[in-house]
Amino acid sequence: MPSNLVNEYFRTENLPHIWCPGCGNGIVTRAIVKAVDNLGLNREDTCVVSGIGCSSRASGYLDFNTIHTTHGRALAFATGIKLAKPDLNVIVITGDGDSSAIGGNHLIHAARRNIDITTIVFNNNTYGMTGGQYSPTTPTGDKGTTAPYGNIDMAFDLCKLAEAAGATYVSRGTIYTTNMLIKLVENGIKNKGFSFVEAMTICPTYYGRKNKKGEAVDMMTYLKDYAINVAAYDKLTDEQREGKFIIGELYKSERPEYTEEYQKIINSFAEEV
Amino acid sequence: MTTATKTKKTLVVEENWCKGCGICVAFCPKSVLEIRNGKVNIKDLDSCIQCGQCELRCPDYAIYLGGD
Repeated sequence: MPSNLVNEYFRTENLPHIWCPGCGNGIVTRAIVKAVDNLGLNREDTCVVSGIGCSSRASGYLDFNTIHTTHGRALAFATGIKLAKPDLNVIVITGDGDSSAIGGNHLIHAARRNIDITTIVFNNNTYGMTGGQYSPTTPTGDKGTTAPYGNIDMAFDLCKLAEAAGATYVSRGTIYTTNMLIKLVENGIKNKGFSFVEAMTICPTYYGRKNKKGEAVDMMTYLKDYAINVAAYDKLTDEQREGKFIIGELYKSERPEYTEEYQKIINSFAEEV
Repeated sequence: MTTATKTKKTLVVEENWCKGCGICVAFCPKSVLEIRNGKVNIKDLDSCIQCGQCELRCPDYAIYLGGD
């Protein structure tokens, strides 16, 4: 019998999931569910929207109102859902390719509008489902099936992208620092506006194998050793920062929320009549 | 499914869901777990401090602290 948490929020009849041994997606999915549980959100008032890719299979395992949409368009569908029912808690589950390549435009404009949606990006640095092609977050020099001699593109810093585009809550966690990840998702959901949480996860099958990163445990150890909390990172010298990346709450601000502004327009006409 | 009891909580393994990735084994602070025949096995329950790290990081929901 599964744990109470899994029993409560998962469609257990669909488990075990299809993700590969050691894939971190299950850890992120559980973290999201734990955050929802900690906040005491009603399942009926919560909608999970996903795009296409390994990460986006998560919606099929979650026992909420869920919709598994088309590639890159999770935020477009989520925007429609949120505008139709602004009281719903709308959570988007997407991958690095889904959100920043195919759905890059939807991401920046959802952030610009500051619509009250919490987006969790499962960033495994590759297109896992289709066989390990390089994605916009594959580090420069790393290999993919479409970059056999190494990727010459610069990788997106998704958090900086979201911040620049107008998100009012931006944070990054890892599947190693699971308790922190849960807290980040909680705070993202609590933020009234567009929240962006980047969850650094691992793909041992494609990205890991192609780049000789070892097994799942080795890739987890990398996250443990190279992810540095934002407060600690500030105190490091440039030399010590080499190869490290920042985790924690990276940006917070307050701005009018989109569905509330939209409602004001509707109300202004109601007053005229 | 195997269960083993210590104090109030119970460390539960859902063997059918375990894919043997070894993440729980590697990051258990007290070396309670091992992989045997491709699945997680509780080898030293007496050392378990019930921190729940295995449950937090199991990608397959195959191990957890259950019971009351």
